[in-house]
Order: sequence, then structure tokens, then C-alpha cells
Amino acid sequence: MRLDAATLAEQVAKVDVRAIARVMSLIENRDPVGTAVLAQLTPSRAQASVIGITGYPGTGKSTLIDQLITAYRRLGQKVGVLAVDISSPITGGAVLGDRIRMQQHADDPKVFIRSMATRGHQGGLAHATGEALRVLEAAAYDMILIETVGVGQNELDIVQIAPIVVAVVAPGLGDEIQAMKAGLLEVADIVVMNKGDHEGADRTMRDLQAQCRMVLRTVAHRDEGILELIAVIAEYRRIQDLNGSRCGKTTERLVQRGATSGS
Amino acid sequence: MAVAAAPLRILIGKVGLDGHDRGVKLVARALRDAGVEIIYTGLHQTPEQVVATAIQEDVHAIGLSIHSGAHNSLLPRVLHLLREQGAGDIALFGGGIIPDEDVPRLKAAGVQMLFGPATPMQSIVNFVKALHVEH
Repeated sequence: MRLDAATLAEQVAKVDVRAIARVMSLIENRDPVGTAVLAQLTPSRAQASVIGITGYPGTGKSTLIDQLITAYRRLGQKVGVLAVDISSPITGGAVLGDRIRMQQHADDPKVFIRSMATRGHQGGLAHATGEALRVLEAAAYDMILIETVGVGQNELDIVQIAPIVVAVVAPGLGDEIQAMKAGLLEVADIVVMNKGDHEGADRTMRDLQAQCRMVLRTVAHRDEGILELIAVIAEYRRIQDLNGSRCGKTTERLVQRGATSGS
Repeated sequence: MAVAAAPLRILIGKVGLDGHDRGVKLVARALRDAGVEIIYTGLHQTPEQVVATAIQEDVHAIGLSIHSGAHNSLLPRVLHLLREQGAGDIALFGGGIIPDEDVPRLKAAGVQMLFGPATPMQSIVNFVKALHVEH
């Protein structure tokens, strides 16, 4: 079943989930029809909030997103999620398991979750993630959450496509010097220390607070700290709307975040 | 990266009240090693969740493991939902403890293949790789 680009673009605008998913595959597969659909999509008038969720492996990014979906659904928002996991550099295969934590939302018609494999792309995202984001924007999702692969310190593509970036860390992953290092924590708007009930959490909080502007503590699997996180995200969005920085170029955003060099 | 053939995308998971996931994880791992993108949904999925996930993930096929004895209701339910939602082109295969006498009926209903205990892993990999057709 192959449809032409105009039909697919029309169906995406009507939030036909099958078409949205199919267009994302076409884009991932670098199919020219996918490019043609993108050219015909118009972002919905109400601008989506795009939030990047990044952080070290195993810190609870997917569980945090699961709770964010619940919270935003309670507020009546339509939520899209792009969850990126790594492809095997040897076989090209992948086990995309982020959405296991989010499956309670699988059959909610106001939630769309898509797993993406990196397919060799470096930087923490798949090559097609930015374009998949445009598809969700055209389908008028209110909140779009993008989960990067579990990153080290230098996979920062997310900064270029998400106006608000949340870095998730966990207690016990290093001392204050780790918190001082450049990279992930430096470019994040909000640092979330998840697993806030684990040993060493108080110490890690103090270290992070000494180095980062905005640090929140969560226990995602118990839904603790999620409302505070949502409030802070909303405040960031409000400030960005006020000073127009959401429309700024990536380099401007990086400079605003205090990064030393653009792109 | 050079343009390569698009990888197969396969949903692998378990439906219903059934916690036996050792086998299904081995299958997921073997398919990963064969270059397949596996969307792994984990345990205790409802047919509704499986079908919604398959559509959002635009998979070529769904592979479900069932050791609970509920295959005669769960697998046809998944097929029904797929067709109802215009996704009848997504193939369904299964594995687990499924008595021989149930197999013909399930296949007639539209389940493409059922893999019983002691199936060589390569048979499953070969079956999945043969699914690489336009859907």
C-alpha cells in the first residue's frame, strides 16, 4: 500500500495515526516520498512545546517520560514522544525498549509514541528525529517529548531541536568535579536528579546545585517531583515566549545557554 | 552512513497474564543480531496495546509469545483489531506453548506462523527475514 505525498500530508494533518507512522518510516528510510511529504506539511498554528529529555544511561529517562505523559494528559494535552535508542554498530539491529516504561499510554488515542533507532547517527538522536518532530508538529500534538539515547557527555544534538532540554542524572555517578565538567549539564536548561530516594542523593543534589542553575529532585516511579518539573518547564516556556527566543537560531540558543561555541 | 536497505521493524512482546519472558527475550536478542529493529513491549500487554503500538511503530510484523493457554482468544483478537484499524497488512506470528490441535485453526484465522518449544532460533530468524516485503 503506497500513497502519494499529497494524500499522506493530508492524512497527517488529520491526525491519521497510520499515516503519521508511515511518513516517519519513509523519512527514516530516506525515501523520496518522505521528503515530499515534509515539504507539504504545515506546522499547526498552536505551537507545540518541544522538550528534550537526555541524560546518562539508566537514570530513568523513560520512566520520567511515562510520568510526564500522565501529568500532561491530566491537563488535557495531546502528547507525542520520540524515543531514540542505539542501533548495533555491528549488525544494524536494535532492541528499542524505551516504550516498555510507557506502555500504559499505548492505546490512549491522544498519545503517540515512536521508537527510533540511531542507524549509525552520532549525537544522541537518529538522523530522522528532527523531521519526525516536524510530522508531530503538523499533527498538532501539544507536548512533544524527545528522549535521546543514554548519552555520555558530548551527544548534544538535542539542543538543536528542542527549545527546552532536561538532563536526567542519578545519585552516585561521580563527585562534584563530574558536575563541573562541560557538556551535558552545561547545555541543559533543567537538571533532574532522578532516583532521589537512593543512597547519596542529598550529596549529589548539593554538588549539582553548586554547579547548575536549575536542579530538581524526582523519584519518577513514585510520581514524586513531577508536578514541580512540569511547573518549571511551563515557566521556561513562558519566558521563552516572552523574549521570543523560541524562534531564535540554534547558535543563539546555545549562546543563551552559556555555551562557548555555536552549533 | 550509506543508504542501506531499510531495516525490518518487528514488535515483540507478551500478551495477557503470563510472566514467562525468558524465551521471548532470547528471540528479541537473536533478531537484533540478525539486523532487525525490535520494538520490545515487555509483559502483560492487552491486544489493544499491542495493535496501537504496532501501528504507531509502523512495524512489518508482530511476534507474540504466549504460555498462558489463552492463545485461542488473544491471537484472533489481535488479528481482529488489526483489520478493524486498517492494519491487516501487518503480519502476526506467535510462539510458546500452543497445542498442535490449535495450530490449524489459528493459521486459518490469519496467524502466519506458530513456533513451538525447541524451535531452532534460526527458523524464527529465517521466517522474519522472509517478511521483508513491501507492506
